[in-house]
Amino acid sequence: MITFDHVTKVYEGKDLPVKALDDVDLQVEEGEIYGVIGFSGAGKSSLIRCVNLLERPTSGKVMVDGNDLLSLSAKELRDAKRDIGMIFQHFNLLNSKTVYTNVAMPLLVAKGAKEEVKKRVMDLLTFVGLEDKANSYPEQLSGGQKQRVGIARALATKPKVLLCDEATSALDPETTKAILQLLKQVNQEYGVTILMITHEMNAIREICDKVAVLDKGKIVEAGSVFDVFSKPKTAVTAKFVRSVMHDTIPDSVYSLLNNQTACRHIYRIVFVGNSAGKPLLSQIAKTYAVNVNILFGNITELQGVPLGNLIVQFSGDEKEIKRAMMYIHQQKITVKEVLANVS
Amino acid sequence: MLVDQQQIVQALWETIVMVGVSLLFSFLIGLVLGVLLVVTRKGHLWENKVVFTILNAGINIFRSIPFIILMVAVIPFTRLVVGTSIGTAAAIVPMILFAGPYIARLIENSLLEVDPGVMEAAQAMGATPWQIMIRFLLPEALSSLLLGITIATIGLVGASAMAGAVGGGGLGDLAITYGYQRFDTVVMFLTVGILIIMVQGLQSIGNYLSKRVRRR
Ligand SMILES: Nc1ncnc2c1ncn2[C@@H]1O[C@H](COP(=O)(O)OP(=O)(O)OP(=O)(O)O)[C@@H](O)[C@H]1O
Ligand SMILES: [Mg+2]
Repeated sequence: MITFDHVTKVYEGKDLPVKALDDVDLQVEEGEIYGVIGFSGAGKSSLIRCVNLLERPTSGKVMVDGNDLLSLSAKELRDAKRDIGMIFQHFNLLNSKTVYTNVAMPLLVAKGAKEEVKKRVMDLLTFVGLEDKANSYPEQLSGGQKQRVGIARALATKPKVLLCDEATSALDPETTKAILQLLKQVNQEYGVTILMITHEMNAIREICDKVAVLDKGKIVEAGSVFDVFSKPKTAVTAKFVRSVMHDTIPDSVYSLLNNQTACRHIYRIVFVGNSAGKPLLSQIAKTYAVNVNILFGNITELQGVPLGNLIVQFSGDEKEIKRAMMYIHQQKITVKEVLANVS
Repeated sequence: MLVDQQQIVQALWETIVMVGVSLLFSFLIGLVLGVLLVVTRKGHLWENKVVFTILNAGINIFRSIPFIILMVAVIPFTRLVVGTSIGTAAAIVPMILFAGPYIARLIENSLLEVDPGVMEAAQAMGATPWQIMIRFLLPEALSSLLLGITIATIGLVGASAMAGAVGGGGLGDLAITYGYQRFDTVVMFLTVGILIIMVQGLQSIGNYLSKRVRRR
């Protein structure tokens, strides 16, 4: 549905040119919710703005629904944009117009018939749950409500693609959750392909099917959300994973350990999917002559698959510990010795 | 008092005509120039360095000439347009040349104040440059634009009084001819009083209208 083909974007600044996108290849399939995550300045906004040519790529090709946008005339491009909705971090609504007119705007711009416009707008307002706010002004709405108006407006022309530029970054966690659920509903009920960029891991975890990690203008990892985040290959990805899954031993626990003179056997055990449901530790404690001390535990969910993370200390006979470790390895569970207070 | 009520009403009417007519024309000129100043700048809807540079410099030149000098300097032009260089109609010409560029700057300012995100949203939904201006930027700028127009109108009231000094008619003429040259203090205070009320009234109307379209 959306294809980036060797897209590079260079901003000719006052002094040095800035390479915001560096040879980006990306493929978003129809019906997907695709997330792009990256830190500030990674080039996320540049990336999403290249999809509807708010920013023109310096080189490379952008295809949306089979159209090479860069080859279109100004008029053809305007028509093509009706198939691409967009919502923004700061909503970008018209403060001087009512909610109704704001949502109707894309249709008025497209010169839609009055009766049809009315019906479509009311349907959309009902869909986003603001049917009673049609005559309010944006100033009278909360942030979450404004974003609902933004979503309704973006959907007015029945687009095939919805672009979300940090759509939830200006909202509190509760509202963020509700807006993300609404986006999921948009995806499921209208079959709209969604490309969203964010710096919040939670937004990705909540609704995305696939994710790409953008760092300094390059895509460093891409794939299903579960694959990318359960086995991060790069430091950037690992950092994002850590933002939802704290996996360092708390300092207080760590200092306790340092006081012990006993040989330290501290391991990190990562459970994925089914294995998260098995009583591994109690089995070990029963089968082998080792004591298990849980230092830290955490379990999170990615795309409905549990992902657990335990830091444990084994104590007891060296031989027994070795055997216990072998047993864990046989279960195809990732286990690693932890040496210092770094993950 | 050396003047009768009739003369005062007449003078007030002349002032209103001078301000009203020159406001209408200078607004139209200012709107076109102001919009051009915005859309021709770098990265905007109709980027055009030549047009922008010429307009920008031209407006600055006009804006730096004091009204009293402008009035005298454009006498040949005034004569060409209205056939005479004295009277109410003759005063209107320099008033338009004075307020037009001023209003252009005020409109430019109001348009530039509009959140760039609004234009972005408009572009994302495939609006034409014309639609972006008419449906998005101007309505969003309207509230601040009305305050600007109010300031310009009050400026024109002041200019009309000055025009009176060179035989333009109106309240300024009355104040100078009778209040100043013939030492009639009552006429002087009366005209000043009327001007104060006018300015106050205009400002209140402007504030009210601006608030109404703001909807906050
Ligand atoms: N219009 C512009 N002119 C010049 N440089 C720009 C422009 N827009 C972005 N940049 C530069 O390009 C780089 C990427 O910017 P971009 O806005 O795409 O990052 P981002 O990932 O969206 O960051 P953030 O999370 O802060 O929004 C930055 O170094 C930025 O300074
Ligand atoms: Mg950004």
